[in-house]
Amino acid sequence: MTDVAIVGIGLHNFGRTPNRSGLEQGAFAVREALADADMAWRDVQVAFGGSQDAGNADSLCLKLGLTGLQFTNVSNGCATGGSALNAAFQCIKAGSAETALAVGFDKHAHGAFNADPKDWGLPDWYGEAGYMLTTQFFALKLQRYMHDHGISSDTLVRVAEKAFRNGALNERAWRRKALSYDEIAESPMVNNPLRKYMFCSPAEGGAAILLCDARIAHKYTSKPIYLKAAVVRTRHYGTFEVFNPSLAAEQTPPPSVQASKDAYEIAGVGPKDFDVLQLQDTESGAEIMHMAENGFCEHGEQETLIKSGATEIDGAMPVNTDGGCLANGEPIGASGLRQVYEVCLQLRGDAGSHQVPGNPSLGYTHVYGAPGVSGVNILQR
Amino acid sequence: MSVNKKRQRKIAENLFSELHQTPVLLGSLCGACDEHFFPRQDACAKCPSEDMQDVVLGSSGQLWSWTVQHFPPKPPFRSNASAEKFEAYGVGYIELPCGLKVESRLLENNPENLSIGDSMELKIVPFFTDEDGCEVLSFAFQRAS
Repeated sequence: MTDVAIVGIGLHNFGRTPNRSGLEQGAFAVREALADADMAWRDVQVAFGGSQDAGNADSLCLKLGLTGLQFTNVSNGCATGGSALNAAFQCIKAGSAETALAVGFDKHAHGAFNADPKDWGLPDWYGEAGYMLTTQFFALKLQRYMHDHGISSDTLVRVAEKAFRNGALNERAWRRKALSYDEIAESPMVNNPLRKYMFCSPAEGGAAILLCDARIAHKYTSKPIYLKAAVVRTRHYGTFEVFNPSLAAEQTPPPSVQASKDAYEIAGVGPKDFDVLQLQDTESGAEIMHMAENGFCEHGEQETLIKSGATEIDGAMPVNTDGGCLANGEPIGASGLRQVYEVCLQLRGDAGSHQVPGNPSLGYTHVYGAPGVSGVNILQR
Repeated sequence: MSVNKKRQRKIAENLFSELHQTPVLLGSLCGACDEHFFPRQDACAKCPSEDMQDVVLGSSGQLWSWTVQHFPPKPPFRSNASAEKFEAYGVGYIELPCGLKVESRLLENNPENLSIGDSMELKIVPFFTDEDGCEVLSFAFQRAS
């Protein structure tokens, strides 16, 4: 079966760029990826892309060129980037394309995401009565998790501290100022146990990944990164997801657990083999829970791991080395691909001031989005 | 002289009712697999089956998780308070005797007074008032006395 190589990566700086539309940021990222691969747009045979708030991704063709390629729009919330990459990966694996693009971009308004119950199959009263907030979900899930597994609020602060510290080392990040422990710990409470600086903010940005059949990767790059697995899974009955008016008596493992297991099996590796990890950190508790859900530690172990510095750039299991969603913001369409961009930089040895030492060769990305979708990618030098 | 009592309506039908003067939550029970649901459902998400019965879920339970909403949500949230006068509100999941955990507003917004495992009881209270002055009632849990 065909192997898939990543031969071009591109990013538009995350954060706020008032004079550029989300679409323009997406186009910027694609152009950078094409330049990185020294590939022409007309040579891209298939594309998958998504944006929640910045319009149809296939409008990019108006900016890049109307070549008649297959372009499918993807809509999977925060898992959009992972879903787009999975689709592009499958095309090459199946032999139906030799080159493929996965792209994501977004431009969100300030403040919390504003969800409409109708979009989620929920009745009006659920929104009217004040439940339609993603921040509540993260808080409620985390509160229970902390109770069940002995995670302290000190650990929540440390994860945020690391995020801003790493963001300060990353020229493409939005938040480039390291915040002190106290600044985070004393920031206003948003939804207990989560404070203001423990949450990512909806933001702007674009990211693009160019894939090709590994046999022709040498035409485009001397540093191909192999996409060994690209998996998307959704929830089973009984999981704890966003916007749930009730939870089943018997709780079942979240979709991240299955996505992770299946990716390990496809790639033929295990959690201990990885050198760098990007795990969905919509808020600092999510990073913590996702460490265990993706198999990198037992539930509760995060407490000692994080305190000991294991998840720092120079630690045994570096997590969110570019500052994650906390320091980059969360433009939904783009974040999953930003993670892949970062892992490629790391495996190529091009991450500059935030480079993981020791020549990392195996990387992992994980996204989770409403209503219960998880995407996992495994990348190898 | 007639006394004008404020008109009231429920925020939605089939969510809650009163049984022997005690407020109760309403939901569904799947006849095929015995799974409970809230709110009422036409089909079972677990088995799947359409053999659904209307049931009374209960009026008390234990606090399974909680948080406090400290910032005023955007619409569709409805409140008669302005953003400046917004009062934080508690939200939690209450584990009912059948094991189902129902998401609910809480009548407590002080984090010091909320703990996983607390015994909670159901109340029906006005949440907001329509433009025509009609009070809209919904359900919330408070710590059992």
